[in-house]
Amino acid sequence: MRENVVIRTVSRLAVPFIQVFALYVIVHGALGAGGGFQGGVAFASSFILMIVAFGLASVRKRLSNKWIVVYSVLGITIYAGIGLLCLFMGGNYLEYGVIEAILGIPHLHGYLLDAVEIGIGITVMAVMTSILCDMADKGGESS
Amino acid sequence: MIEAFYELFLSRYNYWMAIILMLIGLYALIAKQNLVKKLIGLNIFQTAIFLFYISFAEVQGGTAPIYLPEGVDALYVNPLPHVLILTAIVVGVSVTAVGLSLIVRIYEEYGVIDEDDLMQVVRGR
Amino acid sequence: MIDHLPVLLIAVPILSALLILLAGWYDRRFCYPISLITILLQFGAAIAILLEVMREGTIRYHLGGWAPPLGIELVIDSFNGFILAVILFLSAATVVYARRSVEKEIDPEKRISFYVLFQLLVTGLVGMTITGDIFNLYVFLEISSIATYTLIASARRPRSYVASFNYLVLGSIAAGFILLGIGNLYVATGTLNMADLALLLPASYGLATVHTAFLFLLIGFSIKVAFFPLHLWLPDAYTEAPSAVTVLISTVMAKVSVYALFRIVFTVFTTAYVIDTFAVTGFILFIATVAIIAGAVLAIAQNDLKRMLAYSSISQIGYIMFALGVANQLALEGGLLHILGHAVMKGCLFMVAGLIIYRMGTSQLSDLKGVAKTMPISCAAFALAGASMIGIPPTIGFMSKYYLVLGAFEAGQWIYAAVLLVGSLLAAGYIWRFIEIAYFGDHHSEDRRPAPAREGPVSMLVPMVALALLCLFLGVFVEVVMEAVRPAAMLLLGGA
Repeated sequence: MRENVVIRTVSRLAVPFIQVFALYVIVHGALGAGGGFQGGVAFASSFILMIVAFGLASVRKRLSNKWIVVYSVLGITIYAGIGLLCLFMGGNYLEYGVIEAILGIPHLHGYLLDAVEIGIGITVMAVMTSILCDMADKGGESS
Repeated sequence: MIEAFYELFLSRYNYWMAIILMLIGLYALIAKQNLVKKLIGLNIFQTAIFLFYISFAEVQGGTAPIYLPEGVDALYVNPLPHVLILTAIVVGVSVTAVGLSLIVRIYEEYGVIDEDDLMQVVRGR
Repeated sequence: MIDHLPVLLIAVPILSALLILLAGWYDRRFCYPISLITILLQFGAAIAILLEVMREGTIRYHLGGWAPPLGIELVIDSFNGFILAVILFLSAATVVYARRSVEKEIDPEKRISFYVLFQLLVTGLVGMTITGDIFNLYVFLEISSIATYTLIASARRPRSYVASFNYLVLGSIAAGFILLGIGNLYVATGTLNMADLALLLPASYGLATVHTAFLFLLIGFSIKVAFFPLHLWLPDAYTEAPSAVTVLISTVMAKVSVYALFRIVFTVFTTAYVIDTFAVTGFILFIATVAIIAGAVLAIAQNDLKRMLAYSSISQIGYIMFALGVANQLALEGGLLHILGHAVMKGCLFMVAGLIIYRMGTSQLSDLKGVAKTMPISCAAFALAGASMIGIPPTIGFMSKYYLVLGAFEAGQWIYAAVLLVGSLLAAGYIWRFIEIAYFGDHHSEDRRPAPAREGPVSMLVPMVALALLCLFLGVFVEVVMEAVRPAAMLLLGGA
């Protein structure tokens, strides 16, 4: 598929739009349809389109194994970290209202919700891409 | 007579569709020999369960559970099963990923992904 | 911080699993110490929680500050606390045991993922134990199941892939049925909180929806528990998995699945439903006795040590389901005691099997003739745990069977009590088979092996000997254990 001009051009045009749409879906999770998991999978599907159209090496160049591991750890650390932060500030786990009451910033509750969704999106993106990379690369190293 | 038919079939068509899909999925899971087809059958089975959940979340006359400008006064569809199914879809994706990886490994090791041939090769070794 | 222990029991191990992933990328030798420290901390927290529950009563923790029934809560009562302590104790013993076993049986590149998945499996099982929301139970069940599928497939033997695939298919069908049951319960009542369901269900006991929900949940969890006709994934999965994984899933995973079944049957659908309205306990009792006999007979017929112990597990699960079938105070006390006792006994037996594989490279019974001369401590531990499995006083196996028989007598089920004793005789059959081969076997197959095997490494011997001695001590000091078991059984039957 690498030789076909139509596929290469359309993929090159479509990938940025897919990624922007994925970010839109992640951030709009609190107020509308969307959320961390859906946006993460949409973001990973842009990488999958690149694997199909340009081959595995192009994605490996942009998202090496080390960064996949770092992203998957980063996302869940954001999630668990915000939960534990609420714990240290005196409330229950993931009780955002406590941080909002202490810091006094209005609507902080909503911002923390979005931060958690972004964390989930990062992890899901990294894990989905890693699954496809490993399957496309039979016999390669797995994380 | 027509009322009994309506009561049993037409007014509960969503449950009937979910059950029929579930049985199709289970049939594929049990009867097909190819391992990839079994996994597809598992996916159909799980999707049928998701459809069952979403179908009973419906409120007659309700709109999608996204805040309208009126706030909480409008009639919304029950959002809880939708959220549950989001989680269940993630679980289904993970199980499918693990299953496909296992099939890739089985193929690399034994050279067959047909269940009967696989049993013969495994016993032969 | 002590109030937040329930959620820390889940959140900290997830972070530690990520830490293992990161640290393992830098240096592979960091994986094991982080894993060991985390599970030991979890075990300490579980003991603290158990003591607190025995002193104060049920602990309830509301996640996110949302009050139930809208929010998800973590509930630890006397039943939960007991199971939590048991499973974390066995996990700690397995982690200490796992180090040398993993070095021998898992490829070096896969070791980081192995320890991450190990940690996630224990986390999923802990979450399944302490949650009070039924959908949360399903989520944690799937977390631990997916980790199990991958752990079973990580052995170097190609058959482990096929065993793991079989377990994946059957486990996913079971999870699908459980999800259906949860959906039906939600349609009938409108809530997902277990305590709330117990309050709202009695109004709908006659509905077909509730009957359907009960059947789906029962079948789904019976597949997970490997209750007799639905046990077909278990022998392959236990035999082909790496030794440390077999110890973990045969003790901890099986027990948590049994816990979930008991929780659904006794707390959500109370005994009023199971005995009076739907009357399924007699049927479960009959199938449990078939399981006891069939599992033991199939175990005697095996040639591989691990496969024999796997069929023995099927038989012992039959004993625990026997307690569910009789469903009175004495039988439930026996069943809960058997949960603890079987975990300790089977853990010790599978650890012996793992040691034999570590030193001799094989687990076929025909190759193990006279192994007691070269591995005396392992075979002595096998003999002690085996005696407990048969039910010789004063081990804990005898105590749990004693309570089960007393419960059966009190319910008037004389024939079934006789079946329990027949099960003990059959257990003697397969335990004695190994002891005879190990202690009294001839040596003429010795010349096939290049070097004589020695006793196992110390880090594998210590947990094994500790578990074997516990089989004896728990039986002698059973009254101490009964202080935790008796309120749990009363709670299940609807008491305080």
